[in-house]
Amino acid sequence: MTTEVAARHEPLLQLREIGKTFANGVTALKAASLTVREGDFLSLLGPSGCGKSTALRIIAGLSSPTAGVLDWRKSLDKDHIGFVFQEPTLMPWANVFDNVWLPLRLKGKSRTEAAPAIHELLERVHLSGFEKAMPRELSGGMKMRASIARALVTRPRLLLMDEPFAALDEITRFRLNEDLLDLWQDQRFTVTFVTHSVFESVYLSNRIVVMAARPGRVFRELAVDAPYPRAEAFRTSPEYAALCRQASQVLADAMHAEGR
Amino acid sequence: MRAEVQAAPFIDREEAQRARNAKLERIGRWVLPIAIMILAIWLWDRLCVWYEIPQYILPRPGVVASTLVSDAPLLFTSLLVTLKITLLSLLLAVVGGVGLAVLFTQSKWVEMSFFPFAIVLQVTPIVAIFPLINIYVDNQTAKLLICSWIVAFFPILSNTTLGLNSVDRNLIDLFRLNGASRWQQLRFLRLPAAMPYFLGGLKIAGGLSLIGAVVAEFVAGASGQSSGLASRIIEAGYRLNAPRLFAALILISAAGIVIFLVLTLVSHLILRRWHESALSAER
Repeated sequence: MTTEVAARHEPLLQLREIGKTFANGVTALKAASLTVREGDFLSLLGPSGCGKSTALRIIAGLSSPTAGVLDWRKSLDKDHIGFVFQEPTLMPWANVFDNVWLPLRLKGKSRTEAAPAIHELLERVHLSGFEKAMPRELSGGMKMRASIARALVTRPRLLLMDEPFAALDEITRFRLNEDLLDLWQDQRFTVTFVTHSVFESVYLSNRIVVMAARPGRVFRELAVDAPYPRAEAFRTSPEYAALCRQASQVLADAMHAEGR
Repeated sequence: MRAEVQAAPFIDREEAQRARNAKLERIGRWVLPIAIMILAIWLWDRLCVWYEIPQYILPRPGVVASTLVSDAPLLFTSLLVTLKITLLSLLLAVVGGVGLAVLFTQSKWVEMSFFPFAIVLQVTPIVAIFPLINIYVDNQTAKLLICSWIVAFFPILSNTTLGLNSVDRNLIDLFRLNGASRWQQLRFLRLPAAMPYFLGGLKIAGGLSLIGAVVAEFVAGASGQSSGLASRIIEAGYRLNAPRLFAALILISAAGIVIFLVLTLVSHLILRRWHESALSAER
């Protein structure tokens, strides 16, 4: 038990003094350092322009840093990353099953080989029975569920999410928050979650990294000590309110500290 | 057992009006063009009678129809020749257009280097190029094919190139994240994404390949037994055989309409499950 807990908190990857300056001279990220530990639900919280999405893309390997080092714990490669975009980003010409199949298909898995994993995952995200549905026939929330299933179908160690629920209505967002927490506790992957919502970050994460803009940088880190599982009741608890107040304060400080 | 009582759904006056309008529109969509067509043919017939127009200038519709029947063996053999050129050149246009488009998207440099040539071919009137083709190519069928192909392939090339490049950036990132090869990216992402664009180009190319085939035949001035509808028209023109001229014209335009309808149907069948253009306005 203790060894497992220890393993769960070992660093999975470290960003050391990561900087990113685009060709047009804009500095998106400056000397950002942070550690993602195994089993974390880590939120990157900040105003737009703070480089949180850039940080996520650098972790994913979609963008390379202009300064600093990205340290992966050994024995991890791209196969261990799942990515969820702000939009569901499903292929409109393919049905739900084929969309979720895609990452496995690209790795050479046939439809029959991949089917058990896909069906299991679709059940986990409450999309059983929608295998043959086309993306345009789904609601926004269901599209996002399909997108999450696709990201998890390769059983990644690290799930990167870039404001995945920002475009959804609040009721759908709450439900997806809970389902995501269930999945996370059940399958024990690590999450790095980009958001600009204080409430969402507090509800979901055990650690929040608050970022500041101009230039984008890590401002402060917060621990959210409330125990899991967190259910709907947590949203109305005084503890949650206090944590949100605290996080809001840090975010306000971060925005105040912006270089002008 | 209780009898099922079904209350008539309550419909207010505005909804009833809307339903009536929709029904009228559905009927009108078919009835109106047909009625106008019949009216126009009737007027054509009457004009011929009222003004006693001689048959070699404007034949009456009935005469054209009977010519269509009596000259059927000649006209339909010619139609087959023209259609063969049309469909072959359309096929070659698809292969050439899509092939070149795929080549272009594999490398920006290839596209930059060769796209201007495609444009030059497109903007130069085919009638002006034809004498050259006539010098270089001996085979009559090949001549017509090349001519018709040059006219038809450009819309497919330019549309497919546009489509292959109009892929959701996030989906490209997703493919990169999953280590997709170039071939996989083309096969699973770019080609399906380009499908609506390609089909749009195909619809234009279908009409153009027929025009190309007819124009080519006109310029080639081909005659003889195995010649197409264009040569029948030229012949009939020389002989002041206006009824046959009209009959041939009707066949050409009917062929064009059929090609268009078939391609529209194909496009609808392929896109109906996912693309906005094929969705009915049910909401």
